Amino acid sequence: MNNIYDVVIIGSGPAGLSAALYSARARLKTLLLERIKVGGQIVITHEVANYPGSVREATGPSLIARMEEQVVSFGAERKKDNIKDADFSGEIKVLKGEKGEYRAKAVIIATGAAPRHIGCPGENEMIGKGVSYCATCDADFFQDLEVFVIGGGDSAVEEALYLTKFARKVTIVHRRDELRAAKSIQEKAFRNPKIELKWNSVVEEIKGDGMVESVVFKDTKTGELSEYFADEEDGTFGVFVFTGYLPINDLAKGKVRMNEAGYIITNDSMETDVPGVYAAGDIREKPLRQVVTAAADGAIAAVQCEKYIETTFD
Amino acid sequence: MVMLDKDNFSPEVLEAEGYILVDYYGDGCVPCQALMPDIEELAKKYEGAVKFCKLNTSKARRTAISQRVLGLPTITLYKDGAKIGEVIKDDCTRDSIDAMIARHVG
Repeated sequence: MNNIYDVVIIGSGPAGLSAALYSARARLKTLLLERIKVGGQIVITHEVANYPGSVREATGPSLIARMEEQVVSFGAERKKDNIKDADFSGEIKVLKGEKGEYRAKAVIIATGAAPRHIGCPGENEMIGKGVSYCATCDADFFQDLEVFVIGGGDSAVEEALYLTKFARKVTIVHRRDELRAAKSIQEKAFRNPKIELKWNSVVEEIKGDGMVESVVFKDTKTGELSEYFADEEDGTFGVFVFTGYLPINDLAKGKVRMNEAGYIITNDSMETDVPGVYAAGDIREKPLRQVVTAAADGAIAAVQCEKYIETTFD
Repeated sequence: MVMLDKDNFSPEVLEAEGYILVDYYGDGCVPCQALMPDIEELAKKYEGAVKFCKLNTSKARRTAISQRVLGLPTITLYKDGAKIGEVIKDDCTRDSIDAMIARHVG
């Protein structure tokens, strides 16, 4: 039984890291699985101003680095693998990754969510060629160029503000005639001389030969189409998309109960409808997806795992 | 790994012969940092067959854009100065980069 973990956590964003911290600290044999990189979405977020206590160096990467340090100090094991399939039917859960197979008494799914795409022609072909979902990764390229930000929520407007440090002009494109973002963030945007707003507009198509050269907008009120071309001297411009998120749920599909949007349904104890399988963070159906709620979910899930293992296996 | 900049990019990549891999990264790019150990591992695996280079695009923005690179991470494979393969962003995993090299270099 020595190759069986007490708890395997899939995903290493704030929810997974918090779960690993609590689980390892409770002296459970804990494995934290990271898909590509540690940290999840928050490491591509420039400023994390609303996580309690996150004041100095309040960036996504610095916050995650501190969480990682804590996890390691409590003795959780970490592996890089992408879990492709899972068998939750037995008392011992089996996870099948690209590199290996893992067995555990309890599993915490913390795979999170990924940016929603516009879904228009040309979008996928232009990823890394002017279309981006990550301002901190790609803002550098648009120094003194023009940038469009698609979306009207908190993250769209916050990232637009960040992009003004690089771009010559930032135009927020929103399908309605008012933003959804918090008022305090909106005020900052309205005050910023580099930010313009394009209301009642959606992106219909993105075009270009090897990089973005033009975008076709549609007026949501009149249905009228218009094409915007890159400035001749620039040759290109940026299209940053922040239109919400989709759950990363492939591995859990058909195995645990989800809502219509594909988020995993749990109770207050983070239990799914399968005994021994828990969910934490953005992958869960819940009213607020933030670092602070992800960390709380992880802690609750880990403590519940401890109770579950005690009553089921001892 | 050959460190590229805007001055040596042409002689080291575009005017050079053979297989050359360029790891385009940037100062603030966390996914790029996470990928670095995998690239170094692949550099060892293909030692002698592929010349591995990296370019800090934060300091060579125009060079990157001239290569139609506007997103990070981007891993591009050149042969005799011409682009023959590229993996971008979320597709940049150790396995997919390895597969791209193997497909061309064999």
